[in-house]
Amino acid sequence: MRVLHPTSPAEVQEAIRAHSRVRARGGGSKPALSTPAEGQTVLEMRGLSGVIEYDPGEYVLVARAGTPLAEVEQLLAQHGQYLPFDPPLVEQGATLGGTVAAGLSGPMRQRYGGVRDFILGVQFVDGTGQLVRGGGKVVKNAAGFDLPKLMVGSLGRLGLLTELAFKVFPFPKATATLQISFFKLEEALEALYRLAGSPIELYALDLEPPATLTLRLGGLPEALPARLERLTAFVGRAGDLLQGEAETRYWRDLNRLELGEGYLVKVALTTRHIPALEQALGSAPRRYMSAGHLLYLAWNDELAQLDTLLRSQSLSGLVLKGSTHQLRIGIDLEQVFGQRVAAALDPQGRFSPAPPQ
Amino acid sequence: MNLALGELERLFPPGRLLHKPGELTPYESDALTAFRARPLAVVLPENHDEVVAAVRWCAKYQVPYVARGSGTSLSGGSLPIDGGLLIGLNRMNKLLRLDPQERIAVVEPGFINLQVSNAAAPYGLYYAPDPSSQPVSTIGGNLAFNSGGAHCLKYGMTSNHVLAAKVVLPDGESVVLGSESLENTGPDWLGLFVGSEGLMGIATEITLRLLPKPETYHTVLAAYDTLEKAGEAVAAVVASGLLPGAMEIMDSLAIEAAEAAVKAGYPREARALLIVELEGETPQVEAEARYLDEVIRRSGAYEVRVAQSAEERLKIWKGRKAAFSAVGRLSPDYIVQDGVVPRSRLGQALAEIERLSARYGLRVANVFHAGDGNLHPLILYNGRVEGELERAEELAGEILRLCVALGGSITGEHGVGMEKKAYMPEMFSETDLTAMRRIRLALDPLELSNRGKMFPGGEAPALRQTGPHPLERAGVISRE
Repeated sequence: MRVLHPTSPAEVQEAIRAHSRVRARGGGSKPALSTPAEGQTVLEMRGLSGVIEYDPGEYVLVARAGTPLAEVEQLLAQHGQYLPFDPPLVEQGATLGGTVAAGLSGPMRQRYGGVRDFILGVQFVDGTGQLVRGGGKVVKNAAGFDLPKLMVGSLGRLGLLTELAFKVFPFPKATATLQISFFKLEEALEALYRLAGSPIELYALDLEPPATLTLRLGGLPEALPARLERLTAFVGRAGDLLQGEAETRYWRDLNRLELGEGYLVKVALTTRHIPALEQALGSAPRRYMSAGHLLYLAWNDELAQLDTLLRSQSLSGLVLKGSTHQLRIGIDLEQVFGQRVAAALDPQGRFSPAPPQ
Repeated sequence: MNLALGELERLFPPGRLLHKPGELTPYESDALTAFRARPLAVVLPENHDEVVAAVRWCAKYQVPYVARGSGTSLSGGSLPIDGGLLIGLNRMNKLLRLDPQERIAVVEPGFINLQVSNAAAPYGLYYAPDPSSQPVSTIGGNLAFNSGGAHCLKYGMTSNHVLAAKVVLPDGESVVLGSESLENTGPDWLGLFVGSEGLMGIATEITLRLLPKPETYHTVLAAYDTLEKAGEAVAAVVASGLLPGAMEIMDSLAIEAAEAAVKAGYPREARALLIVELEGETPQVEAEARYLDEVIRRSGAYEVRVAQSAEERLKIWKGRKAAFSAVGRLSPDYIVQDGVVPRSRLGQALAEIERLSARYGLRVANVFHAGDGNLHPLILYNGRVEGELERAEELAGEILRLCVALGGSITGEHGVGMEKKAYMPEMFSETDLTAMRRIRLALDPLELSNRGKMFPGGEAPALRQTGPHPLERAGVISRE
């Protein structure tokens, strides 16, 4: 297996021009996505690292794609800010580029949105070796095609990311987490729907099977006690309160997504899919985030079985960990629009996982 | 009757196929009235299949087309093409589905922006993107141009609120991009489509995300004796760690215009007005308001008003939202730009615009989204004075170049359209534009869909023509 270590966009361009099939790897925290298929040359991207621009007053951060999330989050935290899409796998070394290419967000996406809602600009090398820029470095921009959003979830198929710009926000001055258990899933879902449709602003709205809601509030410390009281009254049920260091640790641990043995799979869904999934998923450890729009799941069985299950629910999934070359499971969202765009950016199929026919 | 038009007549009944000069006049221009073009014909489809039929007709006869909603584009985005087909989508104006539990609305492209929030209101929900044109502009147009509004810093633009779209591609094929989930497991094709200015096809069914209405608003109006102080106040609000839903600034000329138009009760002698709005849960907003009031008090505002009721809040916003059209009272004509600068460069940008205004001898009114650095200089001119339009356009161009030089963008929310395509190379390299162009060609090899927009210069020179349409020259079609 050939591994290259570019340290500049120019070296990435050179590598892409010189090799017929390439795959990028950042921190290696999502091995299913970064393990090369036969004949692929690996571009180890951690040499393209470092924050390029950050002015806290602008709410904008620009960094090279191989920059570890941990480094970014540490810098932002020094100024009381954060990445509001709450990317997972920070401690395992995930990078900005890998996070965007995989399209991953975490529980706090509930408050302001996911990675697609916070990416502002992108620089990437396309399949012809051209260095392309899209978007910008300001929080609002409508010029040109939205290439930054296109790259979210692109899995290295459309281009190799070299630089990224994000909108960032102030982190709440105080946070608190409430865990409320219900007797039945239906009760938990009823409360979840009511909360999601209410003006109560939650940083996280997670469902842990069988029937526990984990709710995170954030804001000014002086308002938090009153808000917690209102939240409990709204749900109509008492819960366990997590605050301070214990609360921080709870969410940091969850960020590792160490749910259980086997494959780690992300599923995109809506709340109404949950009852049927809960019937079918059995004992697989899992957690629904962002009011039931995002599921992370550990699957310690045949992947084909999960594939069939997701298809039967008209859902799609992405394998992040575990040995497989079938990264996308469930229904196939690929269609003529995507095929044409992919062919435009990578006409020779350099980024295609399958060897040329 | 010629062959091609005859075929169109079989597809669309009289009344929904317009081709007489008098019928075409209302469609010759959009909100950027400096440009005008006469389409070959206008069709008014009533459903997805009729859009497919119209697009297939265009593909068959290689006739370029433009889709249009209410025609409010400020960048000339819905300007017709001389001799092309105009596909008017206003009759596709149904709310197809409203699901308050899942918090989504599915609409046809001709559905009006504000109507989405009105339909969702009984359930305590609303549609967040609020361009000033929202009482008339359509969701289809909002999607094509990724419309913004006053709340983009916190809530994002249209693209952050569209979940899925059924799209007719330029070859007449239909696809669905996106899903009802906020998440995705592959490339964000929908993200690419939204804001592509009609160059990739026509959306016929659009799924929107609805948000719960905030419980409480705290709206502050602060008056300053200099524009600079208002700008500094914005920086101070940001530095305090607050994240207001909106921060807007108006300069004295804009205040004068808004007052004359809607009598919002603004302090008329102010050199600058700042509107800051907090929103959210009541206990949180009450606590934030104490910090905000302190920041504003220290910012040197000589008069501060806090809206005490929903009516007072609406009155404050009424003046701001009316400012654009109100400027029409001060001048026979005006050009509005919407370049963006980094927030920290706002002061510098405004000082430079003032200098340019003096140099060109043209008045410039400023109304802008200060929270996201999105300027809206309104350049006042009189089109009947020889050379004034050209001077105004030149000044507008200088402002756009200034925005790019300061690290910003040529457009925050109006899009590139016809108006700013010449400035795309200021912002993007040839390689960037070539990559975008390759995507465009992969989806629309004949460049039929909204031909001539966004990309600089004459798109596809071989396909462009002046004078009669080639089909017309060949006697296949006629304009009567």
